[in-house]
Amino acid sequence: MINHAMMFAGLLFVIGAVGIMIRRNLLFMLISVELMLNAAGLAIAVGGSKWSQPDGQVFLIMIFVAAATGVAVGISLLLANYHERKNVDADELSLMREREPIEQ
Amino acid sequence: MSIALWTVIIVPFVSAFVLLVIGAYMPKKAAGAIGCVSVGISWVAAMFVASDFLREMPPDGFRTTLYTWMDVGGLNPGIAVRLDALSLVMISVITFVGFLIHIYASQSMYDEDGYSRFFGYMNLFVGSMLTLVLADNLLLLYLGWEGVGLCSYLLIGFWYKDATNGRAAQKAFIVTRVGDTALAIALFWLFVSFGTLDIKTILSAAPAKLVAGSAAATLLACLIIGGAVGKSAQIPLQTWLPDAMAGPTPVSALIHAATMVTAGVYLIARLHTLFTLAPPAMFAVAVIGTLTLFYSGFSALVQRDIKRVLAYSTISQIGYMFLALGVGAWTAAIFHFFTHAFFKALLFLSAGVAIDAQHHEHDIFKMGGLKRALPIAYWTFLIGAASLSALPLVTAGFYSKDSIIWGAYSSPLGAPWLWVLALISTFITAVYSFRVVYLVFHGEQKMEVSKHPGVLMNLVLVVLAFFSITAGFIGMPESIFKFDPLVRFLKTAFNTIPAYQNHANHAAEVMLLTISSALGLLGIFTAFSYYRHNRFAWIVDRSPFAKAIHSFFFSGWGFDWLYDLLFVRPYKTFAYWNRSDAIDNVFTGLASLARIGNSIFSSLQTGRIRNYAASLILGAAIFTTIVILRTKL
Amino acid sequence: MIGVFYASALIGFIAALLAITGTNPMRALVNLVVVFLAISSVLWTVGAPFTAALQILIYAGAIAVLFVFAVMMLNLGEETISREREWLHSSVWILPMAIAIVLAIQFVTAFARQGGNPNLIGSKTVGISMFSVYMIAVELASLLLVAGLIAAFHFAEVLRRKETEDD
Repeated sequence: MINHAMMFAGLLFVIGAVGIMIRRNLLFMLISVELMLNAAGLAIAVGGSKWSQPDGQVFLIMIFVAAATGVAVGISLLLANYHERKNVDADELSLMREREPIEQ
Repeated sequence: MSIALWTVIIVPFVSAFVLLVIGAYMPKKAAGAIGCVSVGISWVAAMFVASDFLREMPPDGFRTTLYTWMDVGGLNPGIAVRLDALSLVMISVITFVGFLIHIYASQSMYDEDGYSRFFGYMNLFVGSMLTLVLADNLLLLYLGWEGVGLCSYLLIGFWYKDATNGRAAQKAFIVTRVGDTALAIALFWLFVSFGTLDIKTILSAAPAKLVAGSAAATLLACLIIGGAVGKSAQIPLQTWLPDAMAGPTPVSALIHAATMVTAGVYLIARLHTLFTLAPPAMFAVAVIGTLTLFYSGFSALVQRDIKRVLAYSTISQIGYMFLALGVGAWTAAIFHFFTHAFFKALLFLSAGVAIDAQHHEHDIFKMGGLKRALPIAYWTFLIGAASLSALPLVTAGFYSKDSIIWGAYSSPLGAPWLWVLALISTFITAVYSFRVVYLVFHGEQKMEVSKHPGVLMNLVLVVLAFFSITAGFIGMPESIFKFDPLVRFLKTAFNTIPAYQNHANHAAEVMLLTISSALGLLGIFTAFSYYRHNRFAWIVDRSPFAKAIHSFFFSGWGFDWLYDLLFVRPYKTFAYWNRSDAIDNVFTGLASLARIGNSIFSSLQTGRIRNYAASLILGAAIFTTIVILRTKL
Repeated sequence: MIGVFYASALIGFIAALLAITGTNPMRALVNLVVVFLAISSVLWTVGAPFTAALQILIYAGAIAVLFVFAVMMLNLGEETISREREWLHSSVWILPMAIAIVLAIQFVTAFARQGGNPNLIGSKTVGISMFSVYMIAVELASLLLVAGLIAAFHFAEVLRRKETEDD
């Protein structure tokens, strides 16, 4: 049963990864990141449970802290970006120029 | 003597270098003087060498080395020259006739651009030709061989601004290249068999190494023949010589009459031992010579350009020399080379005078009546034509051509049809040479004389005419008057082979002489009578069959058309198919591959977060796969 | 117990899928909260009741609220939904799905053969461990929170200055 819990954590992680890859809206990207963090934390806690050590849960609490901080700063950045460009398009955040063709 | 001998070769090279590098900054007279004087010095040195040699007469010839050219893998040729009777005769002719032609050219080419370049190339040619005939080993000979080919190309295309001249030069170079390749293969084979390219060593070791009449010996000799026919313009590589007349007249006189085209004759004569060991190859030489001399006579008969007549005539006369070589009459071939150099150069130079006098018009039907306007040119051309037609007893050509026909008749290697065709050709030769004499110098004068020849040019013509008459007297046949020092001298160069027993059948010889003289005179008479009344043109106009034959002869018996069909068109088709160059595409393909790689990899750099996140996840997937597969969970 | 685990796992899974493929931000956020709750339930069945409670407190209680405030301030309205739909074109998710499926298969196969039983670890044990063994980590976590606080203050200042400039 523990391994099923790990599988669940892994699948949630994958879903979060898919979310990052396919969404263009910055907010949804943040949501996906949260999902991934949660999945990782769940995996750690499950591991701690399997070997009956409290270390797993302690680390999960640390992950809570990190995730909370991350979300706070991330939302602030999102709002600053929105104030600047008036959109939440992730593709706008690119300073790369158009690719110039190579001369023959 | 060795100093004089090296002077003969080196002075023309030095002056060629000087003229080609700084000649453009010299005044014209200086360039001309340097060009002529260098060949003159060569000639004087050759005369010194000749007197020394004739006094001492070393049995094995005289050899001297400058330095070892290279020493690699058992091949160590030196820059070495060997002087024997054959090469002595050759260098005497080359330097003397060359000197005369240079003097002529200094006046006739004076108004041309590139005067110093002309003399530079001419001197380079003389130097290369001397290297060729004096070389002691085949590699140095090949160097001279290639050198004369190069100078021929440069000089045919001397007036490079006209594209046709360039194409004629290319044709000459490419056709002779085919022969040169055959010769190169022969040299490789000789080195592999004999371990050296030294001529003397090869000739003395040949009877032991090569079985007489074997396929190997015959094939080797045939490869050498391939080289010789290329340079000497014999069938099948003779198509370049008529077109080579695009060059200036002194070039045609020196290179394409007197010297370069005889390089093939020299080669076969020098390597005669290899040929006697391969009787089929020798017979092939005789057959090639006979067929060539026969076919080119007819072509010369219908040409309109005076220089093309003389070009076909040269092909024909060298055919005689090949015939002599093929039947084993080595000395007769060299004797004919000796006289031919004089009268053919004379013919070209006096034709040059006529051409210059008629506003550079080459068509003989547009010239006429120059007998009164250019008397010296007329008389010298007449003497040259008489020598060419072997006018009996008074001309040099008579004695040399007679010795060839006698050789073809009496040699055990000959066949009847060889000397019969040679006799018929005597008739044709007389007809075409006196056709030109009549059409150009007799009759009504059609054009005003635009330029009279200079003093030096006339002087050269007279000197050459003198020799065209007297050069034969040192090789008289036995049945008339036994005085043949030249022939006996030449025999010393060929004393490594048993002399053919030319049965001194005086009666047969006299009869042959009479027949050939009669044919010659008949030819002269035919030429005069037909062209006085212009009956040939009447016949040609009337019958389409005659017109077809006329155009067949005019195009040189269709060789150009045949080669165009067999070689030029397929090659051009292949070149067209390969026009984007398959081999080049391999290299440009590498470049395109790099470019494609660039575009692929730069398309990965989008600047978008999602794409970079995707690559991260992809990397994670790959690594987890590796870990799982390795730990076999 | 086992049934609760599987049920909440299934709910969490579906809710996560809905969260990332949603076009309406609010709906996606609500699905995210459901995921948080599911995770909390799983934690509880696995034998970590303390952290299960903390999960709900922090995530569903604080982080989700942050997200909701952000959505409110961004004023993402109707045009967002249509725009999101067109941004989720099929060419966008084909390749990522392939990679994800590979990863998912790996996760599943990696853990398939192992077994194990959950062990209950109470809050007392966790507390003792946290404040004796991992004290440094706790202090550093508080430092991290302060850093986050400062960052948020900084951005608020920047935004306020920008707003006053625009006026």
